[in-house]
Amino acid sequence: MSRKVSLFVPCFVDQLLPEVAVDTVKVLRRVGCEVDFPEDQTCCGQPALNTGYWGEARPCAEHFVRVFKNAEVVVSPSGSCVSVIRLFYPELLAHSSLREDAISLAGRTFEFSEFLVKVAEVTQVGASFPHTVTYHASCHGLRELNLRSEPMQLLREVEGLKLIPMVRSEECCGFGGTFAAKFADISGAMGNSKADSVDAIGAEFVTAIDPSCLMHLQGILGKRNAAARTIHLASILAQQRGAGSSPQGLAEEKP
Amino acid sequence: MTQTAAQRFLEDAAVKSADLVHREIIRRGMDSYDAAHLKGRARIKDWEAAREKCQEIKREAINHLDRYLVQFEEKVVARGGHVYWAANAEEACTYVKDLALRFGVRTVVKSKSMVTEEIHLSPALEKEGIKVWETDLGEFIVQLRNEGPYHIVTPAMHLNRGQIATLFREKLDPAIASDDPADLMAVARRKLREAFFAAEMGISGANFLVADAGVVAISTNEGNGRLCTSVPPIHVVVTGIEKVIPRLDDLAVLWPVLATSGTGQGITTYSTMIAGPRQPGEVDGAKEFHVVLVDNGRSRLLADAEQREVLHCIRCGACLNICPVFRHVGGHTYGTTYPGPIGSVLTPHLNGIKEFKHLSYASSLCGACSSVCPVKIDLHHHLLENRRNAAEAGVTKSSERMIFRMWRAAMVRPRVYAFGGWSMRKALRMLYALGLAGTVVDPMRVWNRYRAPVPLPLQSFRARWRKDRAGN
Repeated sequence: MSRKVSLFVPCFVDQLLPEVAVDTVKVLRRVGCEVDFPEDQTCCGQPALNTGYWGEARPCAEHFVRVFKNAEVVVSPSGSCVSVIRLFYPELLAHSSLREDAISLAGRTFEFSEFLVKVAEVTQVGASFPHTVTYHASCHGLRELNLRSEPMQLLREVEGLKLIPMVRSEECCGFGGTFAAKFADISGAMGNSKADSVDAIGAEFVTAIDPSCLMHLQGILGKRNAAARTIHLASILAQQRGAGSSPQGLAEEKP
Repeated sequence: MTQTAAQRFLEDAAVKSADLVHREIIRRGMDSYDAAHLKGRARIKDWEAAREKCQEIKREAINHLDRYLVQFEEKVVARGGHVYWAANAEEACTYVKDLALRFGVRTVVKSKSMVTEEIHLSPALEKEGIKVWETDLGEFIVQLRNEGPYHIVTPAMHLNRGQIATLFREKLDPAIASDDPADLMAVARRKLREAFFAAEMGISGANFLVADAGVVAISTNEGNGRLCTSVPPIHVVVTGIEKVIPRLDDLAVLWPVLATSGTGQGITTYSTMIAGPRQPGEVDGAKEFHVVLVDNGRSRLLADAEQREVLHCIRCGACLNICPVFRHVGGHTYGTTYPGPIGSVLTPHLNGIKEFKHLSYASSLCGACSSVCPVKIDLHHHLLENRRNAAEAGVTKSSERMIFRMWRAAMVRPRVYAFGGWSMRKALRMLYALGLAGTVVDPMRVWNRYRAPVPLPLQSFRARWRKDRAGN
């Protein structure tokens, strides 16, 4: 199956977690996709949208629509950013000349695991990851996009991977974008509760479909000197048997 | 300078979220609630269909509030009751106070009611020298502590039995020996019995006002509601205008859904329907029956088409219970009558967006609240709308507005964005190499307070992509 896919790399992934995007490309290519990265892309607009600055989010969303409007399918390794495009663009751009394009694009934009399972219809991507892993159900993927089984289906097919369920896996990790800065104490406490859940089960890795949750959680785990590390689903799926290097959690992506 | 509500919230949140004893009490309470709630939901054949039905009933009621409230009033008046329409808290309190003074009331017993908390009825009565007894056990406990309710359904959930035993020993009986819940309850029961039989007035809230039957429906678990509404000669119902529902039949779905969402019960222990004062030939019931319908800002919400559905709320408390922010900061931190997600949506409407906008930001927008709401209120999206309204009303910080203007300028110019990202990473790398992470010069110091620094790769993804392509 050859399918043309346009990759949307969320701004913070582009700047801080490029490995997640590299791994997304690897997996998409492995399942037969032709991957394009439109270089004029920036951000979906979520930081402004969620802080209430819809006037500022709008031009950013319009920019996004202009960059991607001719794409066949848009795939992104972030449930949160995809939910903004799918659920909020039609409302945000209701009075824009790009409204029709935005609505159409909303229907062609997919989160990475959603794309693999529902669109490309693959769950076996030839990955091997002989480690214990627990899954954090990121809020926007879970409740805005209703992605409950897709990441699980993919993880179950990974060779050697042992999946351990997490207690309260559907409770928010406490990131929430500007919430983490405005209410640092609450966000930190929520993050530590999540880290307690991770510690309690003793898995080597905690994975999710949203790199923002993982970046926050890695920071919390790092500060606690916890043994567990975070890793994005795409980075697990990118691992293959005998491919050499040991798995790199997000923590290793340091200067 | 006096502290704003937002500053107080931040301070209290910092204290509470670090209070591990508090967190453990709440965690334990919520774990047992979660289990009961899930079990309760499983008892209902089609939970999603039940939610939709409840949403439909409440939507019909709220969209025809004028008709159903008048229908309710007519029925109550026809049976000899009185209905008073209070535009605000002051009017409601004055009505009840005047009524109490007219009948020479010295003692009032109250069944649990959040609306009376909202309008501060008890202090208004106490100012006239009237003794007010809270008779719901949880309310009784927080009243002894001079606190407001911690939670809209379980007012004393923040206390363990040891703390309650100490409180009772101090306030009720120094001879209390154990902290056994049954013993403690017996002490409260003895005390409250005296109050029930001394009181000349009973005040209750209402869970539902049934328009076609003129009935006030009340759900309780302790029986105190029935004593409050049937023993004293005067019964006053104080309730919000949004509590009306069209038909008696609607209770068949609303009552079990309320109980399931509130506590996981199939139905509450006592489900009471009251249709006016004692009728000729009846052996019990109040002789005087008054219903105070409180608006207090609800009409303003009714006029807001986008958020009108917030009036659908049946005050079950499910959104508080599931909310991770509530679980970490607790009910009192909100500093409002209604805490948790519903309170954060509602309070800016009732008490002003300028002073209470911070509550709409105090959420990670995780959406857990919306997913459990039994009447399907889209709570977390209403929080987002409140944020948008605050930004549009110009009541957000000017420094923040400036930051987002700059952000926008960069986000529509890919090169500016890429350069901005590159220079920020470079600057942070230099700063951290000098060991300045977390100091005042670190723009990420708030992040670094609870977390290890973010990774700062030498190359962004786009830079790697470009290089890759050039190499091909």
